[in-house]
Amino acid sequence: MARPMDEIRWQDLEIGGAVSEPGSSREYKTGSWRSLLPVVDKDQCIRCGVCWLFCPDAAINQSEDGHFQTDVEYCKGCGICARECPVGCISMVIEEY
Amino acid sequence: MAKERKGIEVSLAVAEAVGQADCDVIAAYPITPQTHIVEHLSELVADGHLDAEFVPVESEHSAMSVCCGAAAVGARTFTSTASQGLALMAEIFFIASSTRLPVVMALANRSLSGPLSIWNDHTDVMMVRDGGWIHVFVENGQEAYDHVFWAFRVAEDPAVRLPVALNIDGFIMTHMIEPIEFEDDELIKRYIPEYRMEKPLHPDNPVSMGCFGMPEIYTEVQMARERALVESYTTCIKAWEEWEALTGRRYHAVETYRVDDAEYCIVTMGSLGETAMAAVDELREQGEKVGVIKIRLWRPFPFDDIYRAAAGKDALIVLDRAISFGGPGGPVALELRSAMCGRPQAPAIVDYVAGLASRDVTVEDFKAIILGGKAKAAEGDVAGFTLYGLRG
Amino acid sequence: MDKFSVFSARLVEKGEYFTSGHRSCQGCAEALAVRLVMKALGRNTIVAMATGCMEIVSSPLPTTAWEVPWIHVAFENASAVASGCESGMKAMMRKGKMPPKKINFVAMGGDGATADIGMGQLSGALERGHDMIYVCYDNEAYMNTGIQRSSSTPWGASTTTSPAGKMSKGQHTQKKDLPKIAIAHNIPYVATACPSFPFDLMEKVQKAAAIQGPAYLHILSVCPTGWRIPPEEAIRYGRLAVNTCVFPLYEYEYGKYRLNYRPSPILPVREYIEGQGRFRHLTPEDIEAIQERTMAEYEKLVKLSEED
Repeated sequence: MARPMDEIRWQDLEIGGAVSEPGSSREYKTGSWRSLLPVVDKDQCIRCGVCWLFCPDAAINQSEDGHFQTDVEYCKGCGICARECPVGCISMVIEEY
Repeated sequence: MAKERKGIEVSLAVAEAVGQADCDVIAAYPITPQTHIVEHLSELVADGHLDAEFVPVESEHSAMSVCCGAAAVGARTFTSTASQGLALMAEIFFIASSTRLPVVMALANRSLSGPLSIWNDHTDVMMVRDGGWIHVFVENGQEAYDHVFWAFRVAEDPAVRLPVALNIDGFIMTHMIEPIEFEDDELIKRYIPEYRMEKPLHPDNPVSMGCFGMPEIYTEVQMARERALVESYTTCIKAWEEWEALTGRRYHAVETYRVDDAEYCIVTMGSLGETAMAAVDELREQGEKVGVIKIRLWRPFPFDDIYRAAAGKDALIVLDRAISFGGPGGPVALELRSAMCGRPQAPAIVDYVAGLASRDVTVEDFKAIILGGKAKAAEGDVAGFTLYGLRG
Repeated sequence: MDKFSVFSARLVEKGEYFTSGHRSCQGCAEALAVRLVMKALGRNTIVAMATGCMEIVSSPLPTTAWEVPWIHVAFENASAVASGCESGMKAMMRKGKMPPKKINFVAMGGDGATADIGMGQLSGALERGHDMIYVCYDNEAYMNTGIQRSSSTPWGASTTTSPAGKMSKGQHTQKKDLPKIAIAHNIPYVATACPSFPFDLMEKVQKAAAIQGPAYLHILSVCPTGWRIPPEEAIRYGRLAVNTCVFPLYEYEYGKYRLNYRPSPILPVREYIEGQGRFRHLTPEDIEAIQERTMAEYEKLVKLSEED
């Protein structure tokens, strides 16, 4: 787990400012950017995976039952999944906080 | 034990040294007066004397970029350039050091345009003075040959991992045939064993290099660079000591000649040191108490070594080979002024800029500069600089 | 979707090598293109990336979105850096300093990095014959700095440095044909692709990786921010670019052209142009001019692909 940027001392940096923890961007939760949340109607979903394939943020996961679901930590709410779903089972809804 | 010396052009000796260092990647673009170094390296590769990838790039910008890529995967990497080539690669020069990639580069020092000039001075290297590299200056062919190995030894040291620029005066040195003692490959292998980089780019252990720095972190990254360069001094000295143990040839960050009882000293960097020594010998015969201070290590700047050599002298007379336009003098004098500032027994510093674009600086010229500098110091006329030999 | 069944998505590599938490805009088809390219390449890949959107969004210190070794040096030199990585590994493996391994060396850059500032370096790397892939993610302007025109911006597009106005139709030059420039280097493989056709894209990436020598991939990457379209439309506009023949999908392999996809019917370019804010100022006559040019270019490509 990387320290927050503004707590890093110069001694904490890796040589040359390298980052040797691959995929550590996952610590940054882009889900907070979202205003619309994709909601999947599981009854209509044919589990094709098109939404997963087209997600620019790799923010759709397949659950054990084969359904695809939004990873709310990273989903930016772009709506591509809803637009591209071949059966139209995803709707974008305003999130309530 | 004196070894046999071989008469050879210094450029070729440098290339031979890179070959003996078992370099993996050489990326270079031709530019006068560096050309013979890379020509000979491509020959060594073509004839099978050196097993390396010779990458004949389309520009110096790419030369340094290829070196960065090769160094990032852990290859021993060399390039060479001069003047405009250095200016073109300057962008990547700074990034090589910030990414801590131990590239070794021979700089055949040459004037910067304009006007176009292919001849020797130090205006090119002074442009990248603040680029975060280790800079060493050599005085003759033997030093150039020896310092190729030294450069790899220092650059690749895990405690350093910084690029090194080996500054060799263009033409005045690169194109001279000089007697050079070659060391055998076994000795070189002991001095610079096979390089193993920590955390190179490799799929087995993915690392991201050259990440983007927000204002919250940029300052810390710069401090890490600064500390790395300052602390590399220890390794620079250690590497010279090791070289002495193997070859008997000893180098220092600051070399001195007849300074012990000197009242004033001429300060040089690069190949003019030998002429300065000859001038000092003649002036000594006339009773002048004068010595020579030669700066070998330009970055990290050896503040204490300089001070030790200079403290208590009446004046340092600096022979600068570049101008900081609109500033208070040449870059070496500037450095010395700040190195002496506030220290007890600090000498006065008189600055002469001479030898631009290979304009001859003879023994007689040196004598004139030294005596002129001495007079200026006595009069307290020490501000700014004098362009020696200027008409009009 | 392209020629495959919708269920083909489930056959795609599950591993992510360009991971979540990257900071691209909503609906960024360039980020999607990177994700798909990386899926096709897999773990044994070293990426050298040019400065630009994808570099900035993926690497703010102290984190990285990359699961593979990745290096960024500067804007114009990804091709030279990748060729350095390739040369270094090649030499070290040959000399026994590094255990042998098949590694994909990939340079990536946007259209500014490729068509403008890095053109010379790309040409040098292609000409030298390194075993590497160059991927250009073409979003048709300098999006990272705020939508300035590049030489890959199409005619008529309004950008912040080619604004449409009383005296201007926006970009007044035609889009530079980068794949053709790559082809002129006589390299073994050049292809165009678009993430709206993900299987075609991934197949081409794998082909480029398998081929010995330099390969060039030109990927149209829809930028909702710069093209001024809603983010959810990014995939659809990529599809429209292909189906109107504005951006034909083709390959050039060892001297032979192949059109991978012939839209039927070919949609009028109007359908591609009209919804984009960057073309909003164009008149029907302007769009007709684009239509004519588009078809002329497409016909040339058809001819080339029918040559023996």
